[in-house]
Amino acid sequence: MPVNTDRTANRRPADGRSLVSAFVGYAVLIFSALVFLYPFVIQIANSFKTEPDATANPLSPIPHPVSLAGYDRVFFGTDLPLWLGNSLLVTIIVTIGRVFFDSLAGYALARLRFRGRRAMFGTIVAIIAVPGVVLFIPKFLVLNQLGMYDSYSALILPVIVDAAGVFIMKQFFDSIPVSVEEAARIDGAGVFRTFWSVVLPMGRPALITLTIMSFQGTWNEFPHSLVAVQSPSLFTLPRGLADLVSGSLGVGTQYPLKLGAAVLATIPVAIIFVVFQRYFIRGANEGAEKG
Amino acid sequence: MDITSGSAHRRIGRSSATRENLAGWLFLAPVVVILGLFMLLPIVMALWVSLTSWNGQGSPFTGRTPFVGLDNYTRLFTHDDLARQDFMTSIRNNVYYVAIVVPVQTVLALGLALVVNSRMLKGKTFFRSAFFFPSVTSSVAVSVVFLFIFANSGAVSSLLGTFGISSPEWFSDSRGLLHLLLSGIGLVDGDNPPAALTDGGPFGLSWWDWLSGPSVAMCTIIILVVWTTSGTFMLIFLAALQDIPVTLEEASLLDGANRWQRLRYVTLPMLKPSLFLVLTLGLIGTWQVFDQVYVMSQGNPAKTTLTPAYLSYRTAFRNFDYGSGTAISFILFLIIVVLTLVQRWVMRERVADAGPRTRRSS
Repeated sequence: MPVNTDRTANRRPADGRSLVSAFVGYAVLIFSALVFLYPFVIQIANSFKTEPDATANPLSPIPHPVSLAGYDRVFFGTDLPLWLGNSLLVTIIVTIGRVFFDSLAGYALARLRFRGRRAMFGTIVAIIAVPGVVLFIPKFLVLNQLGMYDSYSALILPVIVDAAGVFIMKQFFDSIPVSVEEAARIDGAGVFRTFWSVVLPMGRPALITLTIMSFQGTWNEFPHSLVAVQSPSLFTLPRGLADLVSGSLGVGTQYPLKLGAAVLATIPVAIIFVVFQRYFIRGANEGAEKG
Repeated sequence: MDITSGSAHRRIGRSSATRENLAGWLFLAPVVVILGLFMLLPIVMALWVSLTSWNGQGSPFTGRTPFVGLDNYTRLFTHDDLARQDFMTSIRNNVYYVAIVVPVQTVLALGLALVVNSRMLKGKTFFRSAFFFPSVTSSVAVSVVFLFIFANSGAVSSLLGTFGISSPEWFSDSRGLLHLLLSGIGLVDGDNPPAALTDGGPFGLSWWDWLSGPSVAMCTIIILVVWTTSGTFMLIFLAALQDIPVTLEEASLLDGANRWQRLRYVTLPMLKPSLFLVLTLGLIGTWQVFDQVYVMSQGNPAKTTLTPAYLSYRTAFRNFDYGSGTAISFILFLIIVVLTLVQRWVMRERVADAGPRTRRSS
């Protein structure tokens, strides 16, 4: 808020107006923040309610009485612990794979002169543009043909590199100066050594962004698990959650249980979001630039 | 590499080029193999399957799979059967869905970005994160939350109840909004629509069916998607807003422009590239709606939330008609490609003529 001490009187109306507009601005912001965040409050609160309480007071942010029955049933009455484990395993392997392979490829496309580089870069950009939704059946076909359907490798291998990540890493390596690498090369370091011990350490911000995008993307990934596996023992968390909701639970709506499972599916990304916000925001803007 | 004789200079140059060539391909190899195997090969295989009537038994690449040519494609447009009716219904549903989601999320994202960017307000970071947070969460998890929120005894109905409004049964209400509107203003009788509209229409759906608007059930998915995507698009606008030079705004202040004029003639023209980016991404994304349909409605009620993406999945994996399912996904692919190209083409013209105008106003 600007503080005016000795200004002429004709500025006063403007100040009054800006006070009003600041007030309106905050009102809009707070109302919108409620709209955007209250569903999560409802989610968490109702996961701690009893089923009758959740049905009678769905809006209330305070469970009355507080009940852990939903979570108890999630952990001991469903396969959720297994799905949680699968999700963790798949997410960690895919994230490590993406960070490593995408930066290798990004570096090659940015720095190394090899035959076919332009064509490969063009292909990668074209692949980014392929809408994922049209690949459901095709991916199933290839997994089926290769005998990989319904296995961990079906969950992991097809998504262990991503074209968008390669693009982001290439852009990043394009933006850092070549001089350091040249010094290393003159000192006799090989291409991989230069990449590994000179270039990658400089790439920390981009690597963190890529790590976070991969983690978030893989953790939330749903359709791929739908076409890659069918045994409940191989479900990832989103797949298992979708299965719970579509009626594998039997009687009743059981919302506290479902919401509890949804909370568990949300927590890891939420924590990372709070800690690494600026990388998320960078990721969103870089993701947009590729489009 | 050891350098022993002076005459080796040329050879070293060449061999280091060879080495770099090799290194380049080695570095790229994992990406090439995986993307080739799981992106390009599947597309080629699927093109073949879309020309057959494979039912999921055995391999589609043996001589025993019946080859049907383009039948799977033409059937969706010309055969008067359930498959065409479902396909056209899914197209109709998605058109209404796109027509509402894209403008609403764009305007909302722009509005949020303008408010968050306002220099008078504090707590920007918090609000920015609050609006963005839904975009990073699992689509399945938030769909579950919205199932609860819109349930018959859920948060929305109890919220509407406190204002004395009775809430519809969201997920089982297949009435179209446009139908409700038309009978609401008394133009037609919703229960007894005019024969002129019900008697015929293109592609096996009557005009009355085409003009349904999104169903009440579809509205829940629309609300959910707008709520999850607006935050991402807000960030795109916000980045563009922060790139607008302050001097430009000051100049317009000196010229005596009021707030609305400043928005209309200074800010919006500068945002044009982002605006078209958001519209393009929105258009591409909305034609791919799948997760929410799968979790919340499975195409019900009365097929009013069926979308081509979900229909292609259902046709292949539930009805085991892989040929037809694949054909639907390629048509969807084509729709998205065409819309993107149209958008790009429009964007080029618009962005080009936004340039000089902004320069003039600075």
